Amino acid sequence: MIKLNQLTVKEAQEGLKKKKFSSLELTKTCLKQIIKHDKKINAYISVCEKEALQQAEETDRKLSHNPQLITNHPLLGIPIAIKDIFCTKGVKTTAASKVLKDYHPVYDATAVRRLKEAGAVVLGKTNLDAWAHGSSGENSDFGATKNPWDLRFVPGGSSSGSAAAVSAKMALAATGTDTGGSIRLPASFCNLVGLKPTYGRVSRYGVIAMASSLDSIGHFAQDVTDSALILKVTAGKDYQDATTPAVKVPDYTRNLKKGIKNLKIGIPKEYIRQGIDKEVKNKVAEAVKKLEKLGAEIIEISLPHTQYALAVYYIIQPAEVSSNLARYDGIRYGFPRNKFTDEAKRRIMLGTFTLSSGYYEAYYLKAMQVRTLIKKDFEKAFRKVKVIVAPVSPTPPFKIGEKIDDPLKMYLSDVFTVTANLAGIPGLSIPAGFIDKLPVGIQIIGPQFSEELLFQVGYAYEQATDWQKKKPSL
Amino acid sequence: MAKQRLKETQVKHVALLANLKLNRREINKFRQQLSEILNYVDILNKLDTKGVEPTSQVTGLENVFRDDRTTPSLSQKETLSGTKKKTNNFFKVKAIFE
Repeated sequence: MIKLNQLTVKEAQEGLKKKKFSSLELTKTCLKQIIKHDKKINAYISVCEKEALQQAEETDRKLSHNPQLITNHPLLGIPIAIKDIFCTKGVKTTAASKVLKDYHPVYDATAVRRLKEAGAVVLGKTNLDAWAHGSSGENSDFGATKNPWDLRFVPGGSSSGSAAAVSAKMALAATGTDTGGSIRLPASFCNLVGLKPTYGRVSRYGVIAMASSLDSIGHFAQDVTDSALILKVTAGKDYQDATTPAVKVPDYTRNLKKGIKNLKIGIPKEYIRQGIDKEVKNKVAEAVKKLEKLGAEIIEISLPHTQYALAVYYIIQPAEVSSNLARYDGIRYGFPRNKFTDEAKRRIMLGTFTLSSGYYEAYYLKAMQVRTLIKKDFEKAFRKVKVIVAPVSPTPPFKIGEKIDDPLKMYLSDVFTVTANLAGIPGLSIPAGFIDKLPVGIQIIGPQFSEELLFQVGYAYEQATDWQKKKPSL
Repeated sequence: MAKQRLKETQVKHVALLANLKLNRREINKFRQQLSEILNYVDILNKLDTKGVEPTSQVTGLENVFRDDRTTPSLSQKETLSGTKKKTNNFFKVKAIFE
Protein backbone atom coordinates (compact mmCIF):
# COMPACT_ATOMS: atom_id res chain seq x y z
CA MET A 1 0.00 0.00 0.00
CA ILE A 2 1.46 3.31 -1.04
CA LYS A 3 1.96 5.72 1.83
CA LEU A 4 0.23 9.07 1.42
CA ASN A 5 3.48 11.07 1.60
CA GLN A 6 4.76 9.12 -1.41
CA LEU A 7 2.05 10.48 -3.69
CA THR A 8 2.75 13.12 -6.30
CA VAL A 9 0.83 16.40 -6.06
CA LYS A 10 -1.41 15.31 -8.95
CA GLU A 11 -2.15 11.94 -7.34
CA ALA A 12 -2.85 13.64 -3.99
CA GLN A 13 -5.19 16.11 -5.75
CA GLU A 14 -7.21 13.25 -7.24
CA GLY A 15 -7.26 11.34 -3.97
CA LEU A 16 -8.56 14.38 -2.11
CA LYS A 17 -11.19 15.07 -4.79
CA LYS A 18 -12.40 11.46 -4.62
CA LYS A 19 -12.34 11.57 -0.81
CA LYS A 20 -9.95 8.61 -0.68
CA PHE A 21 -8.18 10.38 2.19
CA SER A 22 -8.20 13.75 3.88
CA SER A 23 -5.70 16.58 3.83
CA LEU A 24 -5.25 15.95 7.57
CA GLU A 25 -4.20 12.34 6.92
CA LEU A 26 -1.89 13.47 4.11
CA THR A 27 -0.31 16.19 6.26
CA LYS A 28 0.05 13.87 9.26
CA THR A 29 1.90 11.33 7.11
CA CYS A 30 4.39 13.98 6.00
CA LEU A 31 4.87 15.18 9.57
CA LYS A 32 5.43 11.58 10.74
CA GLN A 33 8.08 11.18 8.03
CA ILE A 34 9.78 14.36 9.24
CA ILE A 35 9.83 13.15 12.85
CA LYS A 36 11.17 9.77 11.76
CA HIS A 37 13.96 10.89 9.41
CA ASP A 38 14.79 14.56 9.64
CA LYS A 39 17.17 14.23 12.61
CA LYS A 40 19.63 12.46 10.36
CA ILE A 41 18.89 14.46 7.18
CA ASN A 42 18.44 17.98 8.65
CA ALA A 43 16.27 19.22 5.79
CA TYR A 44 14.10 21.47 7.98
CA ILE A 45 15.04 24.52 10.05
CA SER A 46 11.47 25.07 11.30
CA VAL A 47 8.55 22.65 11.25
CA CYS A 48 5.14 24.31 11.57
CA GLU A 49 3.34 21.27 12.98
CA LYS A 50 0.50 23.10 14.74
CA GLU A 51 -0.21 25.50 11.89
CA ALA A 52 0.00 22.76 9.26
CA LEU A 53 -2.49 20.52 11.09
CA GLN A 54 -4.79 23.51 11.55
CA GLN A 55 -4.60 24.42 7.85
CA ALA A 56 -5.21 20.80 6.87
CA GLU A 57 -8.28 20.53 9.13
CA GLU A 58 -9.66 23.79 7.75
CA THR A 59 -9.09 22.52 4.22
CA ASP A 60 -10.98 19.32 4.93
CA ARG A 61 -13.90 21.35 6.35
CA LYS A 62 -13.99 23.57 3.25
CA LEU A 63 -13.74 20.56 0.94
CA SER A 64 -16.58 18.69 2.64
CA HIS A 65 -18.85 21.69 1.99
CA ASN A 66 -17.62 22.34 -1.51
CA PRO A 67 -15.56 19.64 -3.27
CA GLN A 68 -15.38 21.83 -6.41
CA LEU A 69 -13.05 24.20 -4.57
CA ILE A 70 -10.04 22.33 -5.96
CA THR A 71 -10.71 23.70 -9.45
CA ASN A 72 -9.73 27.22 -8.41
CA HIS A 73 -7.34 26.16 -5.67
CA PRO A 74 -5.12 23.58 -7.36
CA LEU A 75 -2.94 22.98 -4.30
CA LEU A 76 -5.79 22.70 -1.83
CA GLY A 77 -4.67 20.53 1.06
CA ILE A 78 -1.29 19.69 -0.46
CA PRO A 79 1.60 19.75 2.06
CA ILE A 80 4.64 21.63 0.78
CA ALA A 81 7.87 23.01 2.22
CA ILE A 82 9.28 26.51 1.79
CA LYS A 83 13.00 27.29 1.47
CA ASP A 84 13.89 29.43 4.48
CA ILE A 85 14.82 32.35 2.25
CA PHE A 86 11.17 33.12 1.47
CA CYS A 87 9.48 35.45 3.97
CA THR A 88 6.57 33.74 5.68
CA LYS A 89 4.38 36.01 7.79
CA GLY A 90 4.74 35.28 11.49
CA VAL A 91 6.93 32.25 10.82
CA LYS A 92 10.63 32.47 11.60
CA THR A 93 12.70 33.13 8.46
CA THR A 94 16.45 32.84 8.86
CA ALA A 95 18.10 32.47 5.43
CA ALA A 96 20.00 29.79 7.43
CA SER A 97 22.08 32.57 8.99
CA LYS A 98 22.72 33.46 12.63
CA VAL A 99 22.11 37.10 11.61
CA LEU A 100 18.39 36.32 11.16
CA LYS A 101 18.16 33.64 13.86
CA ASP A 102 15.07 35.25 15.41
CA TYR A 103 13.62 37.14 12.47
CA HIS A 104 9.85 36.89 12.04
CA PRO A 105 8.69 38.60 8.84
CA VAL A 106 5.51 40.68 8.97
CA TYR A 107 4.55 39.73 5.45
CA ASP A 108 4.52 36.78 3.03
CA ALA A 109 6.61 36.62 -0.12
CA THR A 110 4.37 36.86 -3.20
CA ALA A 111 5.24 33.30 -4.21
CA VAL A 112 4.27 32.08 -0.73
CA ARG A 113 1.04 34.08 -0.79
CA ARG A 114 0.09 32.61 -4.17
CA LEU A 115 0.83 29.06 -3.00
CA LYS A 116 -1.25 29.63 0.15
CA GLU A 117 -4.09 31.17 -1.86
CA ALA A 118 -4.00 28.04 -4.02
CA GLY A 119 -4.62 26.10 -0.82
CA ALA A 120 -1.20 24.67 -0.02
CA VAL A 121 -0.44 23.52 3.53
CA VAL A 122 2.96 24.82 4.69
CA LEU A 123 4.83 22.09 6.57
CA GLY A 124 7.83 24.20 7.44
CA LYS A 125 10.96 26.09 6.33
CA THR A 126 13.80 24.19 4.79
CA ASN A 127 17.53 24.42 5.30
CA LEU A 128 19.89 26.04 2.79
CA ASP A 129 23.41 27.36 2.41
CA ALA A 130 23.24 30.61 4.38
CA TRP A 131 22.03 33.51 2.18
CA ALA A 132 21.90 30.99 -0.70
CA HIS A 133 25.70 31.13 -0.85
CA GLY A 134 26.73 27.64 -1.73
CA SER A 135 26.44 24.59 -3.95
CA SER A 136 26.40 21.81 -1.39
CA GLY A 137 24.21 22.60 1.63
CA GLU A 138 27.26 22.64 3.91
CA ASN A 139 27.25 26.41 4.46
CA SER A 140 24.20 26.53 6.69
CA ASP A 141 24.63 28.10 10.14
CA PHE A 142 22.24 25.39 11.38
CA GLY A 143 24.13 22.30 10.25
CA ALA A 144 24.60 20.66 6.88
CA THR A 145 21.77 18.84 5.13
CA LYS A 146 22.51 15.27 4.03
CA ASN A 147 21.59 13.60 0.77
CA PRO A 148 18.73 11.13 1.46
CA TRP A 149 20.18 8.77 -1.17
CA ASP A 150 23.39 8.40 0.86
CA LEU A 151 23.85 10.38 4.05
CA ARG A 152 27.62 10.68 3.50
CA PHE A 153 27.00 12.80 0.44
CA VAL A 154 25.80 16.36 -0.12
CA PRO A 155 22.31 17.00 -1.47
CA GLY A 156 23.61 19.97 -3.46
CA GLY A 157 22.84 23.61 -2.75
CA SER A 158 21.88 26.16 -2.03
CA SER A 159 18.30 24.79 -1.88
CA SER A 160 19.61 21.74 -0.03
CA GLY A 161 16.79 21.31 2.47
CA SER A 162 14.00 21.66 -0.09
CA ALA A 163 15.58 19.01 -2.30
CA ALA A 164 16.23 16.65 0.59
CA ALA A 165 12.70 17.14 1.97
CA VAL A 166 10.93 16.26 -1.28
CA SER A 167 13.37 13.48 -2.10
CA ALA A 168 12.87 11.89 1.34
CA LYS A 169 9.09 12.24 1.00
CA MET A 170 8.90 14.72 3.87
CA ALA A 171 6.91 17.08 1.59
CA LEU A 172 5.15 16.65 -1.76
CA ALA A 173 6.90 19.66 -3.26
CA ALA A 174 9.08 22.55 -2.11
CA THR A 175 10.10 26.03 -3.20
CA GLY A 176 13.63 27.05 -4.07
CA THR A 177 15.72 29.83 -5.56
CA ASP A 178 18.28 29.55 -8.35
CA THR A 179 20.89 32.28 -8.79
CA GLY A 180 23.71 30.17 -10.23
CA GLY A 181 22.23 26.67 -10.12
CA SER A 182 20.77 26.44 -6.63
CA ILE A 183 17.64 24.56 -7.74
CA ARG A 184 19.03 22.61 -10.68
CA LEU A 185 22.06 21.24 -8.86
CA PRO A 186 20.25 19.85 -5.79
CA ALA A 187 17.48 18.52 -8.07
CA SER A 188 20.16 16.67 -10.03
CA PHE A 189 21.78 15.30 -6.86
CA CYS A 190 18.45 14.20 -5.31
CA ASN A 191 16.61 12.70 -8.29
CA LEU A 192 14.01 15.45 -8.59
CA VAL A 193 12.55 17.76 -11.19
CA GLY A 194 13.94 21.22 -10.45
CA LEU A 195 12.76 24.27 -12.35
CA LYS A 196 14.67 27.51 -12.69
CA PRO A 197 12.10 29.69 -14.51
CA THR A 198 12.91 32.63 -16.77
CA TYR A 199 14.17 35.59 -14.76
CA GLY A 200 11.08 37.64 -13.92
CA ARG A 201 8.60 34.78 -14.51
CA VAL A 202 8.00 34.46 -10.76
CA SER A 203 8.01 37.41 -8.39
CA ARG A 204 11.05 37.95 -6.15
CA TYR A 205 9.05 40.11 -3.71
CA GLY A 206 9.60 38.85 -0.18
CA VAL A 207 12.45 36.55 -1.11
CA ILE A 208 15.63 37.52 0.69
CA ALA A 209 17.73 38.89 -2.13
CA MET A 210 21.02 37.35 -3.15
CA ALA A 211 21.92 38.78 -6.58
CA SER A 212 19.09 40.91 -7.89
CA SER A 213 19.77 40.51 -11.61
CA LEU A 214 20.26 36.74 -11.31
CA ASP A 215 17.83 35.40 -8.65
CA SER A 216 15.11 33.13 -10.08
CA ILE A 217 12.25 31.82 -7.97
CA GLY A 218 11.41 28.18 -8.64
CA HIS A 219 10.57 24.84 -7.08
CA PHE A 220 11.21 21.11 -6.67
CA ALA A 221 8.70 18.46 -7.69
CA GLN A 222 8.66 14.69 -8.02
CA ASP A 223 7.79 14.77 -11.70
CA VAL A 224 7.28 17.16 -14.60
CA THR A 225 3.48 17.27 -14.26
CA ASP A 226 3.74 18.46 -10.67
CA SER A 227 6.36 21.04 -11.66
CA ALA A 228 4.10 22.45 -14.37
CA LEU A 229 1.18 22.54 -11.96
CA ILE A 230 3.12 24.58 -9.42
CA LEU A 231 4.54 27.07 -11.94
CA LYS A 232 0.99 27.89 -13.01
CA VAL A 233 0.35 29.01 -9.41
CA THR A 234 3.48 31.06 -8.80
CA ALA A 235 4.11 32.63 -12.22
CA GLY A 236 2.85 36.00 -13.41
CA LYS A 237 3.35 39.74 -13.16
CA ASP A 238 3.49 41.15 -9.65
CA TYR A 239 3.09 44.86 -8.95
CA GLN A 240 5.47 44.48 -6.04
CA ASP A 241 8.31 43.25 -8.28
CA ALA A 242 9.05 45.66 -11.10
CA THR A 243 11.14 43.04 -12.90
CA THR A 244 8.19 40.76 -13.67
CA PRO A 245 7.11 41.39 -17.29
CA ALA A 246 3.42 41.17 -18.17
CA VAL A 247 3.86 37.92 -20.09
CA LYS A 248 0.79 35.69 -20.08
CA VAL A 249 0.89 32.56 -17.90
CA PRO A 250 -0.26 29.59 -19.98
CA ASP A 251 -1.74 26.42 -18.52
CA TYR A 252 1.58 24.63 -18.33
CA THR A 253 -0.13 21.27 -17.79
CA ARG A 254 -2.24 21.38 -20.91
CA ASN A 255 0.21 20.45 -23.70
CA LEU A 256 2.57 18.23 -21.72
CA LYS A 257 1.98 15.17 -23.91
CA LYS A 258 2.82 16.93 -27.18
CA GLY A 259 5.97 14.89 -27.72
CA ILE A 260 9.26 15.93 -29.25
CA LYS A 261 9.06 14.60 -32.79
CA ASN A 262 11.31 16.65 -35.09
CA LEU A 263 12.21 19.00 -32.25
CA LYS A 264 15.67 20.46 -32.78
CA ILE A 265 17.75 19.93 -29.63
CA GLY A 266 21.19 21.52 -29.35
CA ILE A 267 24.13 19.95 -27.52
CA PRO A 268 26.79 22.56 -26.66
CA LYS A 269 30.15 21.12 -27.62
CA GLU A 270 31.97 23.23 -25.01
CA TYR A 271 29.97 21.63 -22.19
CA ILE A 272 31.05 18.14 -23.16
CA ARG A 273 34.65 19.16 -23.79
CA GLN A 274 35.37 21.04 -20.56
CA GLY A 275 36.29 19.21 -17.32
CA ILE A 276 33.40 16.78 -16.90
CA ASP A 277 33.45 13.43 -15.11
CA LYS A 278 33.47 10.58 -17.62
CA GLU A 279 30.47 8.79 -16.08
CA VAL A 280 28.40 12.00 -16.08
CA LYS A 281 29.35 12.51 -19.71
CA ASN A 282 28.12 8.99 -20.51
CA LYS A 283 24.82 9.53 -18.69
CA VAL A 284 24.20 12.71 -20.68
CA ALA A 285 25.05 10.89 -23.90
CA GLU A 286 22.56 8.11 -23.00
CA ALA A 287 19.87 10.69 -22.30
CA VAL A 288 20.53 12.41 -25.61
CA LYS A 289 20.27 9.07 -27.41
CA LYS A 290 16.92 8.49 -25.73
CA LEU A 291 15.68 11.91 -26.86
CA GLU A 292 16.74 11.07 -30.39
CA LYS A 293 14.81 7.77 -30.18
CA LEU A 294 11.76 9.80 -29.15
CA GLY A 295 12.01 11.69 -32.42
CA ALA A 296 14.15 14.72 -31.68
CA GLU A 297 16.82 15.99 -34.05
CA ILE A 298 20.14 16.36 -32.23
CA ILE A 299 22.34 19.21 -33.45
CA GLU A 300 25.77 20.16 -32.14
CA ILE A 301 25.95 23.84 -31.29
CA SER A 302 28.59 26.14 -29.94
CA LEU A 303 28.42 28.49 -26.96
CA PRO A 304 31.86 30.02 -27.52
CA HIS A 305 32.02 32.10 -24.31
CA THR A 306 31.32 29.16 -21.99
CA GLN A 307 34.82 29.20 -20.48
CA TYR A 308 34.31 32.78 -19.23
CA ALA A 309 30.90 32.27 -17.62
CA LEU A 310 32.10 31.26 -14.17
CA ALA A 311 34.43 34.29 -13.96
CA VAL A 312 31.60 36.59 -15.04
CA TYR A 313 29.30 35.03 -12.45
CA TYR A 314 31.81 35.26 -9.61
CA ILE A 315 32.26 38.96 -10.25
CA ILE A 316 28.64 39.99 -10.83
CA GLN A 317 27.04 37.83 -8.15
CA PRO A 318 29.28 38.80 -5.19
CA ALA A 319 29.02 42.45 -6.27
CA GLU A 320 25.24 42.31 -6.11
CA VAL A 321 25.42 40.24 -2.90
CA SER A 322 27.59 42.89 -1.22
CA SER A 323 24.94 45.47 -2.03
CA ASN A 324 21.99 43.33 -0.94
CA LEU A 325 23.56 42.28 2.34
CA ALA A 326 24.39 45.88 3.28
CA ARG A 327 20.90 46.23 4.75
CA TYR A 328 21.69 43.74 7.56
CA ASP A 329 22.91 46.27 10.08
CA GLY A 330 21.10 44.88 13.11
CA ILE A 331 19.16 48.12 13.60
CA ARG A 332 15.62 47.31 12.47
CA TYR A 333 15.87 43.52 12.79
CA GLY A 334 18.45 40.79 13.04
CA PHE A 335 21.81 40.48 14.77
CA PRO A 336 24.88 42.57 13.94
CA ARG A 337 27.17 41.91 11.01
CA ASN A 338 29.75 40.05 13.09
CA LYS A 339 27.30 37.11 13.00
CA PHE A 340 27.93 36.62 9.27
CA THR A 341 29.91 33.44 8.74
CA ASP A 342 32.82 32.85 6.38
CA GLU A 343 31.21 32.40 2.97
CA ALA A 344 28.98 35.46 3.38
CA LYS A 345 31.92 37.57 4.51
CA ARG A 346 34.01 36.28 1.62
CA ARG A 347 31.40 37.22 -0.97
CA ILE A 348 30.71 40.60 0.60
CA MET A 349 34.44 41.34 0.56
CA LEU A 350 34.88 40.19 -3.04
CA GLY A 351 31.88 42.18 -4.19
CA THR A 352 32.86 45.33 -2.32
CA PHE A 353 36.33 45.15 -3.83
CA THR A 354 35.18 44.73 -7.43
CA LEU A 355 32.73 47.60 -7.07
CA SER A 356 35.16 49.96 -5.35
CA SER A 357 36.64 53.04 -6.92
CA GLY A 358 39.56 52.17 -9.16
CA TYR A 359 38.45 48.58 -9.74
CA TYR A 360 34.85 48.91 -10.98
CA GLU A 361 35.78 49.19 -14.69
CA ALA A 362 38.33 46.38 -14.63
CA TYR A 363 36.02 43.91 -12.91
CA TYR A 364 32.30 44.67 -12.70
CA LEU A 365 31.94 46.61 -15.94
CA LYS A 366 34.08 44.09 -17.82
CA ALA A 367 31.99 41.23 -16.42
CA MET A 368 28.78 42.96 -17.52
CA GLN A 369 30.16 43.26 -21.04
CA VAL A 370 31.10 39.57 -21.20
CA ARG A 371 27.61 38.83 -19.85
CA THR A 372 26.27 40.41 -23.06
CA LEU A 373 28.46 38.09 -25.12
CA ILE A 374 27.18 35.04 -23.20
CA LYS A 375 23.58 36.18 -23.67
CA LYS A 376 24.24 36.62 -27.39
CA ASP A 377 25.71 33.07 -27.57
CA PHE A 378 22.33 31.70 -26.47
CA GLU A 379 20.33 33.99 -28.76
CA LYS A 380 22.39 32.76 -31.69
CA ALA A 381 22.04 29.11 -30.63
CA PHE A 382 18.26 29.41 -30.29
CA ARG A 383 18.04 30.50 -33.92
CA LYS A 384 19.39 27.04 -34.82
CA VAL A 385 17.67 24.89 -32.16
CA LYS A 386 14.56 25.09 -29.99
CA VAL A 387 16.12 23.85 -26.74
CA ILE A 388 19.54 22.90 -25.41
CA VAL A 389 20.32 19.79 -23.37
CA ALA A 390 23.34 19.82 -21.09
CA PRO A 391 24.78 18.31 -17.93
CA VAL A 392 23.89 20.00 -14.65
CA SER A 393 26.96 19.14 -12.60
CA PRO A 394 30.47 18.31 -13.80
CA THR A 395 30.59 15.51 -11.22
CA PRO A 396 28.22 13.10 -9.47
CA PRO A 397 27.20 14.09 -5.91
CA PHE A 398 30.33 14.60 -3.81
CA LYS A 399 31.03 13.63 -0.19
CA ILE A 400 30.37 16.01 2.68
CA GLY A 401 33.62 17.82 3.45
CA GLU A 402 35.16 17.11 0.07
CA LYS A 403 35.09 20.65 -1.34
CA ILE A 404 34.25 22.83 1.68
CA ASP A 405 37.84 23.94 2.43
CA ASP A 406 38.52 25.17 -1.09
CA PRO A 407 36.08 27.94 -2.10
CA LEU A 408 37.25 28.01 -5.71
CA LYS A 409 36.82 24.22 -6.04
CA MET A 410 33.27 24.59 -4.71
CA TYR A 411 32.54 27.44 -7.15
CA LEU A 412 33.51 25.16 -10.05
CA SER A 413 30.42 23.01 -9.31
CA ASP A 414 28.41 25.79 -10.92
CA VAL A 415 30.18 25.79 -14.26
CA PHE A 416 27.20 24.46 -16.28
CA THR A 417 24.44 26.22 -14.42
CA VAL A 418 25.52 29.87 -14.13
CA THR A 419 25.07 30.57 -17.85
CA ALA A 420 21.27 30.29 -17.68
CA ASN A 421 21.18 32.85 -14.86
CA LEU A 422 23.48 35.23 -16.72
CA ALA A 423 21.32 35.02 -19.84
CA GLY A 424 18.05 35.18 -17.85
CA ILE A 425 16.72 32.01 -19.46
CA PRO A 426 14.89 29.02 -17.92
CA GLY A 427 16.39 25.62 -17.14
CA LEU A 428 14.66 22.38 -16.10
CA SER A 429 16.71 19.74 -14.33
CA ILE A 430 15.29 16.21 -14.61
CA PRO A 431 16.48 12.82 -13.33
CA ALA A 432 18.65 10.95 -15.84
CA GLY A 433 19.88 7.92 -13.94
CA PHE A 434 22.30 6.86 -11.25
CA ILE A 435 26.08 6.60 -10.86
CA ASP A 436 27.09 4.28 -8.00
CA LYS A 437 23.53 4.56 -6.63
CA LEU A 438 23.71 8.38 -6.60
CA PRO A 439 21.33 10.42 -8.77
CA VAL A 440 22.47 12.41 -11.77
CA GLY A 441 20.29 14.81 -13.72
CA ILE A 442 20.36 16.60 -17.04
CA GLN A 443 19.07 20.06 -17.78
CA ILE A 444 16.88 21.33 -20.58
CA ILE A 445 17.49 24.99 -21.33
CA GLY A 446 15.32 27.20 -23.53
CA PRO A 447 14.80 30.83 -24.56
CA GLN A 448 13.03 33.27 -22.25
CA PHE A 449 9.49 32.19 -21.34
CA SER A 450 9.81 28.78 -23.00
CA GLU A 451 8.90 26.81 -19.86
CA GLU A 452 6.00 25.12 -21.65
CA LEU A 453 8.44 23.63 -24.17
CA LEU A 454 10.89 22.58 -21.45
CA PHE A 455 8.09 20.72 -19.68
CA GLN A 456 7.16 18.95 -22.94
CA VAL A 457 10.71 17.72 -23.46
CA GLY A 458 11.03 16.70 -19.81
CA TYR A 459 7.69 14.90 -19.88
CA ALA A 460 8.55 12.94 -23.01
CA TYR A 461 11.88 11.82 -21.53
CA GLU A 462 10.33 11.05 -18.15
CA GLN A 463 7.60 8.85 -19.62
CA ALA A 464 10.26 6.86 -21.47
CA THR A 465 12.55 6.34 -18.48
CA ASP A 466 10.88 6.30 -15.02
CA TRP A 467 13.96 7.46 -13.04
CA GLN A 468 11.70 9.73 -10.98
CA LYS A 469 9.79 6.71 -9.62
CA LYS A 470 12.81 5.45 -7.68
CA LYS A 471 12.92 6.13 -3.94
CA PRO A 472 15.86 6.46 -1.53
CA SER A 473 16.06 3.73 1.13
CA LEU A 474 15.98 5.59 4.43
CA MET B 1 50.62 29.35 -3.76
CA ALA B 2 48.67 32.00 -5.69
CA LYS B 3 50.30 35.34 -6.34
CA GLN B 4 49.18 37.61 -3.52
CA ARG B 5 47.23 40.01 -5.69
CA LEU B 6 45.77 41.84 -2.73
CA LYS B 7 47.76 43.78 -0.16
CA GLU B 8 46.81 43.67 3.52
CA THR B 9 45.97 47.38 3.42
CA GLN B 10 43.53 46.75 0.59
CA VAL B 11 41.79 43.97 2.52
CA LYS B 12 41.44 46.25 5.55
CA HIS B 13 40.10 49.06 3.35
CA VAL B 14 37.50 46.76 1.77
CA ALA B 15 36.45 45.51 5.20
CA LEU B 16 35.90 49.11 6.27
CA LEU B 17 33.79 49.84 3.16
CA ALA B 18 31.79 46.66 3.78
CA ASN B 19 31.24 47.48 7.45
CA LEU B 20 32.79 44.18 8.51
CA LYS B 21 35.08 43.86 11.50
CA LEU B 22 37.71 41.25 10.65
CA ASN B 23 40.28 39.77 13.00
CA ARG B 24 43.93 39.11 12.09
CA ARG B 25 43.25 35.49 11.10
CA GLU B 26 40.35 36.50 8.86
CA ILE B 27 42.35 39.26 7.17
CA ASN B 28 45.07 36.78 6.25
CA LYS B 29 42.63 34.09 5.16
CA PHE B 30 40.55 36.43 3.00
CA ARG B 31 43.68 38.02 1.57
CA GLN B 32 44.74 34.63 0.26
CA GLN B 33 41.33 33.37 -0.84
CA LEU B 34 40.31 36.62 -2.52
CA SER B 35 43.66 36.76 -4.30
CA GLU B 36 43.04 33.25 -5.68
CA ILE B 37 39.57 34.16 -6.87
CA LEU B 38 40.80 37.38 -8.48
CA ASN B 39 43.52 35.40 -10.24
CA TYR B 40 40.86 33.08 -11.61
CA VAL B 41 38.60 35.83 -12.92
CA ASP B 42 41.56 37.40 -14.69
CA ILE B 43 40.65 35.14 -17.61
CA LEU B 44 38.22 37.85 -18.73
CA ASN B 45 41.12 40.02 -19.78
CA LYS B 46 41.73 37.62 -22.65
CA LEU B 47 38.56 38.94 -24.26
CA ASP B 48 38.31 42.08 -26.34
CA THR B 49 35.09 43.75 -25.22
CA LYS B 50 35.59 47.11 -26.93
CA GLY B 51 32.21 48.52 -27.92
CA VAL B 52 30.21 45.76 -26.21
CA GLU B 53 27.19 47.06 -24.31
CA PRO B 54 27.14 45.94 -20.66
CA THR B 55 24.12 43.85 -19.59
CA SER B 56 22.83 44.97 -16.22
CA GLN B 57 19.41 43.36 -16.55
CA VAL B 58 17.84 40.80 -18.84
CA THR B 59 14.14 41.72 -18.91
CA GLY B 60 14.46 44.68 -21.22
CA LEU B 61 11.90 46.48 -19.08
CA GLU B 62 12.24 50.22 -18.56
CA ASN B 63 10.40 52.80 -16.48
CA VAL B 64 8.04 50.39 -14.75
CA PHE B 65 5.57 52.66 -12.97
CA ARG B 66 2.51 52.12 -10.87
CA ASP B 67 -0.50 54.34 -10.32
CA ASP B 68 0.14 57.20 -7.94
CA ARG B 69 -2.31 55.90 -5.38
CA THR B 70 -1.76 55.32 -1.68
CA THR B 71 -2.42 51.79 -0.50
CA PRO B 72 -2.19 50.22 2.95
CA SER B 73 1.36 49.52 4.10
CA LEU B 74 2.93 48.08 7.23
CA SER B 75 1.72 49.50 10.52
CA GLN B 76 4.16 51.22 12.85
CA LYS B 77 3.82 48.31 15.26
CA GLU B 78 4.67 45.75 12.56
CA THR B 79 7.60 47.81 11.34
CA LEU B 80 9.10 48.09 14.81
CA SER B 81 8.41 44.46 15.69
CA GLY B 82 11.83 43.20 14.64
CA THR B 83 13.91 44.77 17.37
CA LYS B 84 13.97 45.49 21.11
CA LYS B 85 16.01 48.66 20.55
CA LYS B 86 13.20 51.16 20.15
CA THR B 87 11.63 54.05 22.04
CA ASN B 88 8.56 56.22 21.41
CA ASN B 89 7.92 54.45 18.07
CA PHE B 90 11.44 55.23 16.87
CA PHE B 91 14.32 52.86 16.17
CA LYS B 92 17.22 53.46 18.54
CA VAL B 93 20.64 53.77 16.88
CA LYS B 94 24.15 54.56 18.05
CA ALA B 95 24.93 58.27 18.23
CA ILE B 96 26.56 59.69 15.13
CA PHE B 97 27.13 63.22 16.35
CA GLU B 98 28.70 64.02 19.69
